[in-house]
Amino acid sequence: MIYETEAYDIAVVGAGHAGCEAALAAARLGLRTLLFTISLDGIANLPCNPSIGGTAKGHLVREIDALGGEMGRAADQTFLQSRMLNLGKGPAVHSLRAQIDRVQYHNLMKKNLEQQDNLFVKQAEIIDIRVEDRRVTGVVTKLGTVYPVKAAILCCGTYLNGLIHIGGVHYESGPDGCVPAKGLTENLQQLGIEMRRFKTGTPSRVHKRSIDFSGLERQQGDEEITPFSFETTGKLENKVDCYIGYTNDETHRVIRENLDRSPLYGGLIEGVGPRYCPSIEDKVVRFADKERHQLFIEPMGLDTEEMYLQGMSSSLPEDVQIAFLHTIRGLEHVEIMRNAYAIEYDCCNPQQLLPTLEFKQLKGLYGAGQFNGTSGYEEAAAQGLVAGINAALAIMGKEPLVLDRASSYIGTLIDDITVKGCSDPYRMMTSRSEYRLILRQDNADQRLTPIGYRLGLISESRWRHLQDKLRQIAAEKARLGQVNIRPSAGLNALLEQKGTSPLTGGIKGIDLLRRPQVGYPDFAPFDPGRPVLPREIWEQVEVEIKYEGYIRRQLSQVAEMRKLEQKPLPLELDYAKIAGLRLEAQEKLNKIKPLSVGQASRISGVSPADISVLLLWLSSPFARGGDPRTEDEEE
Amino acid sequence: MEKTIAAIATPHAVGGIAVIRVSGPDAIAVCDRCFQAVSGRPLSVLSGYHAAYGTVMDGRDPVDEAVALVYRAPKSYTGEDVVEISCHGGIYITQEVLRIILRSGAVPAAAGEFTKRAFLNGRLSLTQAEAVMDLIASQGQQSARAAVTAMQGALYRQISDVKDSLVAVCGHLSAWADYPEEEIPAVGQESLLQTLSAAESTLEKLLRQFDSGRLVRSGIRTVIVGKPNVGKSTLMNLLSGCQKSIVTEIAGTTRDVIEETVQIDGLILNLADTAGMRETEDPVEQAGVALSARKLEQADLVLALFDSSLPFSAEDEQLIGRLEGKKTIAVINKTDLVQRLDERLLPPYFDQIVRISAKQETGVKDLHNAITHLLKISDLDPNAPMLANERQRRAAVTARQYIAEAKDALVSGMTLDAVTISAESAVEALLELTGERVTDAVVDEVFSHFCVGK
Repeated sequence: MIYETEAYDIAVVGAGHAGCEAALAAARLGLRTLLFTISLDGIANLPCNPSIGGTAKGHLVREIDALGGEMGRAADQTFLQSRMLNLGKGPAVHSLRAQIDRVQYHNLMKKNLEQQDNLFVKQAEIIDIRVEDRRVTGVVTKLGTVYPVKAAILCCGTYLNGLIHIGGVHYESGPDGCVPAKGLTENLQQLGIEMRRFKTGTPSRVHKRSIDFSGLERQQGDEEITPFSFETTGKLENKVDCYIGYTNDETHRVIRENLDRSPLYGGLIEGVGPRYCPSIEDKVVRFADKERHQLFIEPMGLDTEEMYLQGMSSSLPEDVQIAFLHTIRGLEHVEIMRNAYAIEYDCCNPQQLLPTLEFKQLKGLYGAGQFNGTSGYEEAAAQGLVAGINAALAIMGKEPLVLDRASSYIGTLIDDITVKGCSDPYRMMTSRSEYRLILRQDNADQRLTPIGYRLGLISESRWRHLQDKLRQIAAEKARLGQVNIRPSAGLNALLEQKGTSPLTGGIKGIDLLRRPQVGYPDFAPFDPGRPVLPREIWEQVEVEIKYEGYIRRQLSQVAEMRKLEQKPLPLELDYAKIAGLRLEAQEKLNKIKPLSVGQASRISGVSPADISVLLLWLSSPFARGGDPRTEDEEE
Repeated sequence: MEKTIAAIATPHAVGGIAVIRVSGPDAIAVCDRCFQAVSGRPLSVLSGYHAAYGTVMDGRDPVDEAVALVYRAPKSYTGEDVVEISCHGGIYITQEVLRIILRSGAVPAAAGEFTKRAFLNGRLSLTQAEAVMDLIASQGQQSARAAVTAMQGALYRQISDVKDSLVAVCGHLSAWADYPEEEIPAVGQESLLQTLSAAESTLEKLLRQFDSGRLVRSGIRTVIVGKPNVGKSTLMNLLSGCQKSIVTEIAGTTRDVIEETVQIDGLILNLADTAGMRETEDPVEQAGVALSARKLEQADLVLALFDSSLPFSAEDEQLIGRLEGKKTIAVINKTDLVQRLDERLLPPYFDQIVRISAKQETGVKDLHNAITHLLKISDLDPNAPMLANERQRRAAVTARQYIAEAKDALVSGMTLDAVTISAESAVEALLELTGERVTDAVVDEVFSHFCVGK
């Protein structure tokens, strides 16, 4: 029985981290937005680690926040312990990571969604996308209800044809015992979308009372906590500790002896697993010479005794899981509450997407999160935000939001997956960004908040705060450029103690701060005119001065890169007709249809020679008289 | 309508013959304006693949004997009408012929333009030689073509080794930064410094080889200085007498530099005789002085000429003052006459002293030995990997610079993220060197440095 509802603008399919950001952004931009989830109790779930952030992922969260997304604020309100990772390795790789109360996070995000104007949250499974003239017109639920919409954003996570493996046992399931989504994959394939199968996994959850903490190392949070959100003010406090344990020879022996019972090594799993987050059996096999592997024991929340065993994801049978955990010091008597499992799911090849995350060949259809082949809550939320914004902008007839590699980790992520594609679940890393000295987590607001403000996702007060911050940074840099620091016994003793040469004459503050060994607070006693500034100000001053040379060079590399990005390639271009291209390049280019020469240059299988051919071709009269986009213009 | 373009198609060096290629709709008409066939028939009556023997004319003056080969569109390299004029190979004759052709209605070809036209006219299905663009990337010259082989061989391996060592370090640094909780050992400052230094010294060596290699391939930029009547033309003549191919001497009307290319026992000297090096008010002479100064600055070698029969003068002294820091050979002329010059007054920074006598034709061998010794050309190992061209050299220089920056950062105590960024930039420069990555700059670079005749 088909029942058609009133019309909406946008349907978001799935209410995980991608779906929540997509739905909130679209609704905040004024679009009538639907958010569908198989279970309202599964909204913004953390089905794997109870933490948000980490290397590069922390950058993503700060960028999401700077653009006007929700994840950072929600994490700040529900965190249990926070740490800035990589301190001492340099500002480019400082990354924030926080343990999160899983249930509180879900509750808070659900309430945020429910309180959002223009947003309609529905428990329903979407099984089909209605399309007319290669354009989305509606979504269909399992109950046969049709919701007419102009755009649909697929944020299906690991639900699509989800299949859980534990040893030789496998069964259809979504994450955390939710029902899987069935039927949508086949309908997407009928629309011409290329789908594939990926795999991921999660470790077991164990009961706190069964852990012998005396056998584990305690890991505490930072004393001074940096929040994720640039809006969060006030003092934040850690509420819990985490613990570190180690596997040993015996653990590895148990795993090795039972490898034949792993669905992975037994060939039962066809999906491709993440290289960057291997299961413990993967680690033991691939790094056979490593004597021990670390594991982190993390609380799942304040209102539960469940503990998460980071680093121990596995798809070995239940009895083997118990056996190898019991070999670990501190876990000798551990009680498993939820088993570790591997899950296979359907996702799309993201090379079919534009940098707006809209499908190149299907107007109004967007993808975000694990559906696009990525892994991780933060990667998902980042894409959800961009997809939600773009779906809204397209309906409003506005210019799309395209973030390039030099703007952000979000832009780098989207460029990587849409241009280079991914052959296993994609995880963000700082080393994926060639511009990481300018894409720091500490300046995400300077990079992206102006964009969020223009879009209408940033409040006036926050905008004013940023302007104020920029003014203060500039003023202090200028002051340090003027002020003369005079040598004194105290200062020279300090400098020598820091391992840098003492002063013989006066020195400009800015030059003193350029020394790698000297921090901004260090010479406060010798800089009497210094104003009292909050950390977020003086930290910027210090980084911008200390790394000035590197930053300047990266900026010039960015300018170089943008030149090739600005040479557009038409989507309709048939590369088979460009005689000079090698066959492999023709095929790759025709499949991916890059939007610019810059993108084309990053496709594997496209050589520098092919790029030269493209540049030559672009300068020819054929390119100027190329096929225009007549279909769209005639409508 | 496309313009008709012209350029010298053969390497810019002394050779038996040189070829000037003219391509475009007016190619044949342009050449008819400046080429007179012995047969008396214009080129316009020739069909494709036919040649005429005759003279290149500057107005009524014959400039050189030449052969004109006519190609008819589309059966030519570019797919357009093409005339190739083969003339005698002296650099200045060839350039003069080109100038005459340009005066007759052609425009100078932009870098890479012949190949570009060939491509756009569908004359190049790049499958012919893997891809013409691969060829372009190696600059197309004969010398560079030999380097393509080098690229696949020794040079490529050496660069790859450097690159791999840096990639390994960067990979380790990245893993260490990206997986702070994975017990990845920190990269030791010592081993990091060692890797960087090893990479740096390999690149240094390659660059040194390139510099001596360039001197062998395209000649030694040599400036002759000396006060008037010291015997510069004698030296010129003496040197000219040693070479086999035709050499012309063109005294420019607007410039005071006489140039000539000579060979001594296989060494190519691109000689420039700088006339005015003194202070002057005359604007014309000032321009000459500026030109001389520039020549001096670019020179690989300076031959400072002194008259043995005259005592050391103030003018000599002034001259010497300009030569500090240049590789200089003091050439004492007129050694057959009575010796009045006190050689002890020559400055210590003159690397060699050679005595010649034009009259007795002695000293040329000594001069040759002095040059090879001074420029370390004898040290050149022809089998060592060699950077092929300026583009490759610049990539190697950039890579070396980034490595130095990485070392600096490391030694001065900067955080390792900065070290990593510099090391990665070095890797990128090396990838550019081997053509494994392309940026707009590389492409522009390749096109503008591509031998314009090919």
